Amino acid sequence: MKEQLQKDFDNTIKNLTLSQKDIEIKKFYLDNFINKGFPNRREEDWRFSDLNQIIKKNIGELSFYSDYTSTNKVDTSVFVDGLEHNKIVFINGRIEKIDFDYEKKDQIEIIDQSETINKFNNNSPLCDLNSAFNNKSFKIVVKEGYQLIKPLIIYHTTNSKIWSKNINLRLNFELYEKSSLRLIDLFRDTSEKNFLNIFYNFDLKENSILKNYKVDKFENKNIKYSFNNIEQDKNSISETFILSSGSNFCKNEINCNLNGEYSSAFVNGIFSINNNKHHEIRTIINHLTENTKSYQLIKSVLEDSSKAVYQGKIFVNSKAQKTDGYQLSKAILLNKDSEFNAKPELEIYADDVKCSHGSASGSLNEDSIFYLMSRGLNYQQSIELLINGFLLDVVEKITDPEVKNLIKNMIGIKE
Amino acid sequence: MDNRQKEIDSLKDYKYGFTTDIENTRAPKGLNEDVIRFISNIKKEPQWMLDFRLKAFERFKQLKEPDWQKPKYPKIDYQDLYYYSAPKSMKDKPKNLDDLDPKLLETYKKLGIPLQEQKRLNGIAVDAVFDSVSVATTFREELTKQGIIFCPISEAIQNHPELVKRYLGSVIPVTDHFFATLNSAVFTDGSFAYIPEGVRCPMELSTYFRINASNTGQFERTLIVADKGSYVSYLEGCTAPMRDENQLHAANVELVALDDAEIKYSTVQNWYPGDKDGKGGIYNFVTKRGLCKGKNSKISWTQVETGSAITWKYPSCILKGDNSVGEFYSIAITNNHQKADTGTKMIHLGKNTKSKIISKGISAGCSDMTYRGLVDISSKATNSNNYTQCDSLLMGNKCGAHTVPYIKNKNSESNIAHEATTSKISEEQLHYCQQRGLSAEEAVGLIVNGFCKEVLQQLPMEFAVEAQKLVGISLEGSVG
Repeated sequence: MKEQLQKDFDNTIKNLTLSQKDIEIKKFYLDNFINKGFPNRREEDWRFSDLNQIIKKNIGELSFYSDYTSTNKVDTSVFVDGLEHNKIVFINGRIEKIDFDYEKKDQIEIIDQSETINKFNNNSPLCDLNSAFNNKSFKIVVKEGYQLIKPLIIYHTTNSKIWSKNINLRLNFELYEKSSLRLIDLFRDTSEKNFLNIFYNFDLKENSILKNYKVDKFENKNIKYSFNNIEQDKNSISETFILSSGSNFCKNEINCNLNGEYSSAFVNGIFSINNNKHHEIRTIINHLTENTKSYQLIKSVLEDSSKAVYQGKIFVNSKAQKTDGYQLSKAILLNKDSEFNAKPELEIYADDVKCSHGSASGSLNEDSIFYLMSRGLNYQQSIELLINGFLLDVVEKITDPEVKNLIKNMIGIKE
Repeated sequence: MDNRQKEIDSLKDYKYGFTTDIENTRAPKGLNEDVIRFISNIKKEPQWMLDFRLKAFERFKQLKEPDWQKPKYPKIDYQDLYYYSAPKSMKDKPKNLDDLDPKLLETYKKLGIPLQEQKRLNGIAVDAVFDSVSVATTFREELTKQGIIFCPISEAIQNHPELVKRYLGSVIPVTDHFFATLNSAVFTDGSFAYIPEGVRCPMELSTYFRINASNTGQFERTLIVADKGSYVSYLEGCTAPMRDENQLHAANVELVALDDAEIKYSTVQNWYPGDKDGKGGIYNFVTKRGLCKGKNSKISWTQVETGSAITWKYPSCILKGDNSVGEFYSIAITNNHQKADTGTKMIHLGKNTKSKIISKGISAGCSDMTYRGLVDISSKATNSNNYTQCDSLLMGNKCGAHTVPYIKNKNSESNIAHEATTSKISEEQLHYCQQRGLSAEEAVGLIVNGFCKEVLQQLPMEFAVEAQKLVGISLEGSVG
């Protein structure tokens, strides 16, 4: 893999106009990654999902160089109907379109950061890989007091032109005081056997609101890793919703630093997976100051020989008195070959806190099925109704009505 | 009032902190094959036992000391320890209690352990282990009548080799982790109990461990085998003198329950926790594992952990037999600079197996406490159930309380439920108690005892009283 990395790195550098110093920095990240390699189960964070093995088994040899010199045609048929929205379109990892047609132009700033190296607050090998190879990166700034009229949908589309490729994306968001942003990450893949490695950074200033929805719904054979870092100032709110369903393997990591008083973070997620899929959500909520709040709810429905993993951590440092932290994960195993692993973790150094977590996994309640069947439903209908209700609970947590409807339609949940 | 004050004063310090001035026989310092041969030789062990030890030592040389645990400690120099220390007078084993060194008897009297049979304290059979050797076992005759074997493990190796050979290392193999393997190589003594088929042990069996000599590691090994349809309740207590340096205690406890058998294992661990600034104290790195080998068997662990500078142990149950049951009840209290990383593992292998975990952690002062547990339901363990509850109580903002459960469910017909909470003593509760005339400390003691009640209830009577007092003492000075 080492020669491949080195070769692809040289090719990537050729197409960029970087200063010698920046190339050195990128080289440094490359060397870091070469030393560490893809994470494997010996690392605590990856003990339930051995990425090294997963890539070996599903993809084999990866290549890291992508030719971004030619443009791809934007296929408008993938766009979401019935909801006016702003767009960022990635095709095979290349940014093809950024448009904020519905917004006041002077309130949103798009800064091209491709020519500068921006450090990311994470030293995992995947972050090193991303820093070494990511091509164009943008910073999107929402100005003070501006609230976006329409949501922003980021389309991640891939097509059959690429295979066995590693794609590295990075975006930065900065939300100034009292601003707000609704963001939907939407994956539409028609390619196979690629590894997407996505890093987002969010900087939330005082009183800003971020609603961050990640939708991986459509069936595909790709492997995905996404890391979101959210820095929160005073009174800011972040809401994250994850629908984890379509990809062969997918791991979503949310790292949330509650730096300012009265800031709050909400993370809700659904695993709905079948076949041999293996999905993971890992959350780390760091309560770093007084009077902060976090709430997490993860529900899973596992069919066939699928496997879901939830690792959630609430960290409370000694300054963070009056913290309120809550975490709940529930899983239904529908097949004898499915598997659910959880590691809900509390690390607490302050005494005046209210922190709790719960985790439950098991089969559907036979009594409930019996009840529904006695009311005239057949077995299959009863199960569907119960699962519908089970998942609806999480979808109802979405605070934005437009997006809530969109997601409900997408997964076919009825009220 | 004066008397009461005196009583409180006497309780405030670690009351088992005295040392006993007894001449010791020691093995040469350090860890090597010769020392292992020395231990084996002095215990007049058969060849198979020596082979067992050497095999473990071979393995030990390849192992690396684990470092994933939360409480870090300075590196232990395993060559700077004595691996065997015995009171000299024990060399020619006393035939009965009258032959015992009076100083030893006095020590145990100070500890409040009824070695003299005439003193019958609710009829508990005691095996006392002083440094590396077992000094006395009481009530042996009465137990023998029922066919129960209860003796030091070194005697069992001589007299019941077939039992020891069959079960020793069957739950904790010689190739296990670092400290367990070290124990297998150098263990000196401990207790052995065998309950024959269909016998309900008429009294509580009990072991008291005491580390006396300095620079000595205590490595005892306990093996309890409950044959078909039998029942036994076993108690374990531990104390050590106050010393400035840290001492290592790495014991192995193996339990085997055959068809329809039940073992109840209770521990009140009160090793010297170090002084207020965290100097000295015992490193308590113990491996405890129970195997529910037969159908319908049951193993229940109850522990009250108040002592030790660092406690690092996970009493576990392997639920192999169908319909077997594993239970774990724990109170862990840390104060001053104590650290604990404790919890349990429940490995479900058989069908219809059930496990229950109740863990209560209390941390005060500058201490740090972690609950770490594993619940693993394998794909064959159909219709199994687990319930876990771990609650933590924090006193002050210099201490930490952490919960790290690992939950694995590979069976769709099995259920796992886990709950954990972290909180502090509510102002209203404190206010209420103080309004009714209790001092702040008494109020805290009362509330904490209530918090722990679910676990304390599981202890046998005599132990429950002692444990309740211990809970109060351990938190002394943590409020106000």
